[in-house]
Amino acid sequence: MRSSLPAASRHAPIINRTTWVWALLILATVLSWELGHGLGFGSHPERATVAVMLIAYLKVRFVFLDFMELRAAPLPLRLTFEAWAALVCGAVIALYWSGLARYPENL
Amino acid sequence: MWVFIVGDLLMFALFFGAFVYYRAQDPALYIESQATLNQGFGAINTVLLLTSSWFVVGAVQDTRGQRAGQACTRIILALLCGAGFIAVKFFEYREKISAGITLTSNDFYMYYYMLTGIHLLHVVIGMGVLIFLWRLARQSALHHSTASHESVISHFESGASFWHLVDMLWIFLFALLYLMK
Repeated sequence: MRSSLPAASRHAPIINRTTWVWALLILATVLSWELGHGLGFGSHPERATVAVMLIAYLKVRFVFLDFMELRAAPLPLRLTFEAWAALVCGAVIALYWSGLARYPENL
Repeated sequence: MWVFIVGDLLMFALFFGAFVYYRAQDPALYIESQATLNQGFGAINTVLLLTSSWFVVGAVQDTRGQRAGQACTRIILALLCGAGFIAVKFFEYREKISAGITLTSNDFYMYYYMLTGIHLLHVVIGMGVLIFLWRLARQSALHHSTASHESVISHFESGASFWHLVDMLWIFLFALLYLMK
């Protein structure tokens, strides 16, 4: 059944929240790409790696909350996804850091 | 759908953990091998998947607002982005294989081919899901749909969640395989 609303009001706003989120995600991708393949933090590649992982974590969180619409989901479901993203990011940084401690000459 | 997605999340968490654990054992090998990857391809594919996800979010909103025609268009645009991802991956794999780099070259490349291969399988399945959603939206647009509006919305929300999962997994894969220094 078609909506009885006038045609103009049936169209979504040109720039809504998800469009802003998409633009932010693209900017974050460019930033992390520069950190990963460019100079990053100069002589501190470990800082660039941590920054890249934190940016990835924030991007994933935006995808969960705004694209998957978990912001409005039941709390246990939202917490499951939030915990997964935080644990993966935290574990990756911790394991990466443990490698640096054992093999500092490789950097 | 949520149970399947959470299962997938657990599986990939183990993969990510294993990759970083073994990377920490031999950082030099992983850094040297990673330098042969084309980070530009990885970045383009990230942009393609993020954009496809954005189209899918719009398609879900269109479906709720009973704009089936617009939902069809957005799903087709998302499918084109997905096809672009596969095309870039094809060129990337071809570049590696022609340079003699295969699954058995070393541990880094084993993880590279395994993780990107499993993810690519998710992209292909996700495109099948998007084609199903496009058919649903098209039937609604042509008033041929026998499904209720609520049922169509429910299908769209589930299918969209799977596609966003594919997008989200790539965000971590891009950071781990291509960018980590």
